[in-house]
Amino acid sequence: MAGPMKMRATLAGGNTEVRVLMSHPMTTAQMKEGLHHIRNVVVKQNGKTVVEAEISQAVSRNPVFSFRLKGGAKGDKIEVSWLDNKGESNKIETAVA
Amino acid sequence: MRLGFLLAAVLACAPLFAQDTKKEIQKYQQMIADGSPVELFELEGEALWRKPQGPSKVSLEKCDLGQGPGVLKGAYARLPRYFKDADRVMDLETRLLHCMTTLQGRSREEATKRVFGNENQPSEMEHLSAYIAAQSRGTKLAPATSHPKEKEAYELGRALFFHRAGGWDMSCASCHGEEGKRIRMQELPVLHKREFARPIMATWPAYRVSNSQFKTMQWRINDCYRQMRYPEPTFASDATIALTSFLTVTAAGEPYRGPGTKR
Amino acid sequence: MIKNRRTLLAVLGMLLLKPFAALAAWNEQAFGAKTAADALSGLGAPSPAPSKDIVIDAPQIAENGAVVPIEVMSNIPGTTSIAVVIEKNPFPLAGKFDFKDGALPFVKLNVKMGETSDVRVLAMAGGKPFVATREIKVTIGGCGG
Repeated sequence: MAGPMKMRATLAGGNTEVRVLMSHPMTTAQMKEGLHHIRNVVVKQNGKTVVEAEISQAVSRNPVFSFRLKGGAKGDKIEVSWLDNKGESNKIETAVA
Repeated sequence: MRLGFLLAAVLACAPLFAQDTKKEIQKYQQMIADGSPVELFELEGEALWRKPQGPSKVSLEKCDLGQGPGVLKGAYARLPRYFKDADRVMDLETRLLHCMTTLQGRSREEATKRVFGNENQPSEMEHLSAYIAAQSRGTKLAPATSHPKEKEAYELGRALFFHRAGGWDMSCASCHGEEGKRIRMQELPVLHKREFARPIMATWPAYRVSNSQFKTMQWRINDCYRQMRYPEPTFASDATIALTSFLTVTAAGEPYRGPGTKR
Repeated sequence: MIKNRRTLLAVLGMLLLKPFAALAAWNEQAFGAKTAADALSGLGAPSPAPSKDIVIDAPQIAENGAVVPIEVMSNIPGTTSIAVVIEKNPFPLAGKFDFKDGALPFVKLNVKMGETSDVRVLAMAGGKPFVATREIKVTIGGCGG
């Protein structure tokens, strides 16, 4: 069961600042839980993919990412989704404040 | 003898802390705080606050944390305080326990079965503490101090802070009583002095990045006692509440800006 | 009849769940590399040119290696992706971020560092690889508690 996510998207200096928090153990193979980490993160702005990320178990537990999208306006739909190495996934959608 | 050796070791590891080292560490602390998973704990805490539980199948939403039933804004910043219905000074976790037993009908045993969690499963108290503390962001720390029992708690806390006991004959002041000390890279704040207590009390409870766990004040005091080789204090005991009273009163006036994020 | 429909639904269900997993690429070679050099090769960027236009904002000292905040902005025109490689980590490649039309080549993330190490930030711009390096010291704070 994927943990909660939280996201804040605001306008700053003509761009859209996105900060997304993800609940995920991000454990390495050495840890007792075994290798369990987010592999892919996709950021969409009004349905259009703008960032595609591949990440490893070297990203900290409960990852927090900040992105900057070009332009944007209040009310824009920002969606961030993730997929991990076990096939679990989660996503969150927020309107730009 | 042991204490002398320990102090020597602590002091030996604390040569002059270079100013630029301090600045870089401050930068680290700033960067981890900005973009901390703390908000995820606040989210879970809110859900738990609203969740009907216990034999009474009631949520905690009518719990009175000192500002009226269900009033959360600024409540944490005004704790600890005396509560007439319990005839006792209580800190946040003690008051939550009170509401769990009185409002929700839960037994103390069940409600305190797992007060300190871990990175895979934080405890209910930890989530709730994060949520409730967050509702005091921006409010100046103002624990109540007029009631005789509140004065008593403060005095007891102050006495405990300086009282040496336990396996190693230590007190809080052994580490937190003198300026310029540190353990490894951790500067030890002099907690009985206003200027050092303020930034500390303004940022607890906190998320600890080193073990990805959310830590509360009850945990902090418990763990300090563990490190000093004292017997484990009882959760929500008079002693733990007294220490939090002493520390919060010492820090009074500081705008609360937690829950914090720490190494 | 029901048995067949169930099987059909199960198969369809699997196909619907699979797409994200099947389509989501993950560079096994680069992520599995045990040296920074191999990671860079895996990313198709074996000899990146040093660039001062990759701005790395990170503390010089991390109080704990479990969470090391790193903020990167590439001012190289035409930057399409940024990768973060931690030299001394057992698997140096921590992440690769592809920026499509609509995103600035900027990212802030928290990484785990096992020890003091150089952090190399790779930027691909106009098909060419560039790199900037920063050393981050990792310490252990506190009483070990």
